[in-house]
Amino acid sequence: MARPSAVVGIGQTDYRKRLDVTLDGLVRMAAIEALDDAGMTFADIDAIVIGKAPDALEGVMMPELSLADALGAVGKPIHRVHTAGSVGASTAITGATMVESGRYDRVLVVCYEKQSEGNATWALSGGRSGGQGAGGTFAPWIRSYIQRSGAPDHIGWQVAVKDRQNAMKNPHAHLHIENIDIDTVKNSPMLWDPLHFLESCPSSDGAAAVVIGSEDVARNGPNRPAWIIAHAKRTEFSSFPGRDTVKPQAGVDCAEALYKKAGITDPLHQIDCAELYVPFSWYEPMWLEGHLITPETEGWKLTDSGATALDGSFPVNPSGGVLSSNPIGASGLIRCLEAANQVRGTAGDYQVDNARVALGHAYGGAAQYFAMWIVASELSPQFN
Amino acid sequence: MARDVAVVAVSQTPSYRLFNDSEAKLIMRCVNDLLTSTGLERIDIEFTIAGSCDYLSGMPFAFVQNIDGVGAWPPVYESHLEMDAAWALSEAWLRLQLGDIDVALVIGSGKSSPGQPREVFPLQTDPYVMAPLGADPVSLAGIQAQALIDAGKATERDFAEVVARSRRDAMGNPNAQVAKDVKVDDLLQAPYFSTPLRKHDLCPISDGAAAIIVAAGDRARQLTDTPVWIRGIDHRIDSHHPGLRDLTDSPSTHIAADAVGLHDGPIDVAELMVSYSSEEIVLRNALGLDGGTRVNPSGGPLAGHPVMATGLVRVIEVAQRIKAGEASRGVAHASSGPLLQQNLLCVLEGGK
Repeated sequence: MARPSAVVGIGQTDYRKRLDVTLDGLVRMAAIEALDDAGMTFADIDAIVIGKAPDALEGVMMPELSLADALGAVGKPIHRVHTAGSVGASTAITGATMVESGRYDRVLVVCYEKQSEGNATWALSGGRSGGQGAGGTFAPWIRSYIQRSGAPDHIGWQVAVKDRQNAMKNPHAHLHIENIDIDTVKNSPMLWDPLHFLESCPSSDGAAAVVIGSEDVARNGPNRPAWIIAHAKRTEFSSFPGRDTVKPQAGVDCAEALYKKAGITDPLHQIDCAELYVPFSWYEPMWLEGHLITPETEGWKLTDSGATALDGSFPVNPSGGVLSSNPIGASGLIRCLEAANQVRGTAGDYQVDNARVALGHAYGGAAQYFAMWIVASELSPQFN
Repeated sequence: MARDVAVVAVSQTPSYRLFNDSEAKLIMRCVNDLLTSTGLERIDIEFTIAGSCDYLSGMPFAFVQNIDGVGAWPPVYESHLEMDAAWALSEAWLRLQLGDIDVALVIGSGKSSPGQPREVFPLQTDPYVMAPLGADPVSLAGIQAQALIDAGKATERDFAEVVARSRRDAMGNPNAQVAKDVKVDDLLQAPYFSTPLRKHDLCPISDGAAAIIVAAGDRARQLTDTPVWIRGIDHRIDSHHPGLRDLTDSPSTHIAADAVGLHDGPIDVAELMVSYSSEEIVLRNALGLDGGTRVNPSGGPLAGHPVMATGLVRVIEVAQRIKAGEASRGVAHASSGPLLQQNLLCVLEGGK
């Protein structure tokens, strides 16, 4: 039967362009920081799991092979996950599963991307020239959301400003844009209507790592654990007649399964903050609705009210989110570990007051892969 | 205490030199086959996990199209590894240990035909030191074979005997791509290809897919009269740098063998992921197999190598021998990376 698991160590590199370090060096920086936080060395680790988006982004095929030495994996199991943009969260969930299974007590989870090695928009177009990239895929669905919900134009700009303001408090964030405001965003070049340049995520380099431990490991570690109280994944086809691309069923099912497992009946009030995968500004209200945090057409109103700001009632992406740093394969794990940072009280200047329960989320493909977890400061949090 | 998990149904396509249609279609064939043989509906599959490789298709996110073959509607609980599907089986086994679900589908698929494997696979090596040399798996396998000869652990005749036996055994395998009764002496007359290996010492280039359904405890017994139990599954990796390794041995295989309790009982059958005949020598020694174990009765990967499914096919071949009553305990082996860098073992056993 499943036993509890917890995040007991967290490590992150800075997410700027890293021409100064190899892939080996990049993953080691994050891994060693996570091990230090957990009071461990590589020797203490039972198994390693890595995740990243397509191998073609760096041109290294099945990188768990060439990274085995750098990650202290020689003689141990090393596992590799790839579920498109959701991969970082999927990898975290695989790590949690490995501990929950009873087989492993200490699992090192590492995700990375080094976008400066390649051309992400090419890769995100399926390796074909003249592709539309991720923004080109999502923009029509965003327009559809705006039409369905009646949201005013400034919602996207507002999310872009809010996340970049949060990023100013996060030393790891790729983008630190001084004095950003609504005018700066809406006057930036139009990329894919209605998405302006500053409503899009950057191309980042970086690695993130967590150590996931059993209950025994978590209770005896040097620092506070973040208990993983629920996780869920769901996938659906990329296209078929009648598919709801604004509010995909897989996202709804995933959220329902997640909240049920966690014992959450009112996510907006029982979750203290969320790190949602928002690579384009409009996805904040779209996922608030798509994951049942608010009713339909209410997501943008929550954003508009300021509730999703760092000092609001439901802070979204206090770390600055994907809009401020996007090492693709790591971005989902960053959402998950930033949720853990909040409930451990280790989020520094972007700490949400009294965060006890937090959501980490990622999606990928044609908004068809979903992976989420809920972490909490207590193993069995009580919900009112 | 681990929860008992069994292989309840298996399916594989033949190994094709060129399957001129989509990978999803190969997968769909296997999935439909499994649903028919078990009587399960898609909705009864509680977890799906697949192994495939974008690089073989030359297309980032190629795996996304593969879910068309799974049938992901209504939405499914699933995951994907950029690894051979034998590793997907290991994750499915771990997932079933949680106790909240009982039935999982494991899929492996690959099409090597669209590309030039010898140009693609060097990208598996260290990108800074090795990859610029373009050291491909065939050349590296030649170096490993020569190291075996130099160490007195094998002869060219040993390699030829592996090939002759594998091809002969493959004549009884309807899914084999290369099957023929050939004489060792004739094989030794062939020219070298990657010295001391000859072309027949290499696996063929194949397209294909495989899938299995695994289930826990009583659910497994419900679904089949002949469950094949996974008694141990483990995988380990060696250093990526050939210069740091004794190429005539496989330390990671030794560790995995201990972890799965390989030596706790006799092994009637072993299906090993032998991509080059010389690898069989390394693996036999590392696993301590003797004459009591039948090795690669299907012909093994030398008879058909649908990359990313090949390891899972080893599990299928062992499970089928056990189901048929030809063996009671067996081991399946899968490998990833050049020079047998990463190795997985799965010990299977019959019985209610």
